[in-house]
Amino acid sequence: MMKTTNKIRVLIAKPGLDGHDKGAKIVALALRDAGMEVIYSGLHQTLDQIIETAIQETVDVIGLSIMSGAHLPICEKLVAMMKENGLDDVRLSVGGVIPYQDIPKLEKMGVAAIFPGGSSFKEIVAGMNQLFD
Amino acid sequence: MPNADDIRSGNKLAGARLIQLIEKSDPNGFKLLKELYPDSGNAFIIGITGSPGVGKSTLIDGLIEAFRKMDFKVAVICVDPTSPFSGGAILGDRIRMQRHVTDKGVFIRSMASRGHKGGLSRTTKDCSVVLDAMGYDIIIIESVGAGQAEFDIIKIAHSIGVVSIPGAGDGIQAVKAGILETANIFIVNKSDRPDADATVESLKMMLNMRFSSQTEWLPRIYKTNALDKTGITIVAKAFLSHLKFMRQNDEWTRKRNELERLYFQSLLEDLVMEKVLEFMAVSKEVEAAIKSIGSHETDPISAAEQIADKILGF
Repeated sequence: MMKTTNKIRVLIAKPGLDGHDKGAKIVALALRDAGMEVIYSGLHQTLDQIIETAIQETVDVIGLSIMSGAHLPICEKLVAMMKENGLDDVRLSVGGVIPYQDIPKLEKMGVAAIFPGGSSFKEIVAGMNQLFD
Repeated sequence: MPNADDIRSGNKLAGARLIQLIEKSDPNGFKLLKELYPDSGNAFIIGITGSPGVGKSTLIDGLIEAFRKMDFKVAVICVDPTSPFSGGAILGDRIRMQRHVTDKGVFIRSMASRGHKGGLSRTTKDCSVVLDAMGYDIIIIESVGAGQAEFDIIKIAHSIGVVSIPGAGDGIQAVKAGILETANIFIVNKSDRPDADATVESLKMMLNMRFSSQTEWLPRIYKTNALDKTGITIVAKAFLSHLKFMRQNDEWTRKRNELERLYFQSLLEDLVMEKVLEFMAVSKEVEAAIKSIGSHETDPISAAEQIADKILGF
């Protein structure tokens, strides 16, 4: 039938109580401008809500924005939940306040792309695209 | 690859993945869709349309709650526009409904319009078939923030709710042809604002000017305030009354047949168009025609007529 078309679908979510989402919204815009379909789930998402949204929206990537310092436990738990829920093929990326010494730990957990504070839009878009090369 | 039995049993992961295959125009998606088609046709499909910012998503959030209290399983498809510049999209309707996301009886899917005109995406109908086969009793489809001429929703939904807000246009807006004619239920949202009653009055005036008969559903008008949930349960019940009315008047069968026909027609148009475009991409005649138009030997109208006759075999 029709020719297949591929569009990267990204869920941008903010887990937990941290209430600053300007960064998440701006990243969502940058990804839109790079031709991606961005589902923005808003603030204060529980991990259950993030998993359910990722299932119902069939996203290719979950992008978390975390400023609270809780990126290690959150990512560890979410990676486990993604496996339990059949989302093994969905990539996880995280941005926000991420100290450089934590990057190897996140990579080891299986976080596919990490964008610490100071990452440019160009780097974020390129990093996201690279996941699907 | 999702399988048909998982989808029939309502497995969300499988259903969502089938929707993705269909959106990607993957042949496996259409194969599964054909298999599942006989399992569809049970859901009541409600279309919600209206200008951007009138509160469609927030209203739907309230409708989900009302229908869940009546024990219906509810699926929602929210369509947002694709950027004509980048091809990307921000799909943000579900922010208003996110409290329902972990409810087992609720499924919310966002879709980008992907260049399709008419207020929906090309595959919105296909996706409603999937959700129907998954066993959702009610499917709510939210169109993109519509102007006066986005009508695709009436090709899919059994019942249409048009949402407006106080102060948006005077009497002449209300009698214009267009989206207002499509409504079975009018919702004047943000009704805590001034002029809500005047808006209701001008809608009533418009309805009174229409010819109507005993067997025809008379559109109803409701004031709501979706933010604090005022009036939402009544609107939910009004949609169910419309369904009941259609069932009692044979309108239901007529409407369903009509929607099936429109679905078939749009699929046929897509398939034919695709074949035509394929032909045009490789045809020597098209190439020659373009050349002769460029040198002003032929006018574009005659050239287009000749090629069209050639493609259609006349």
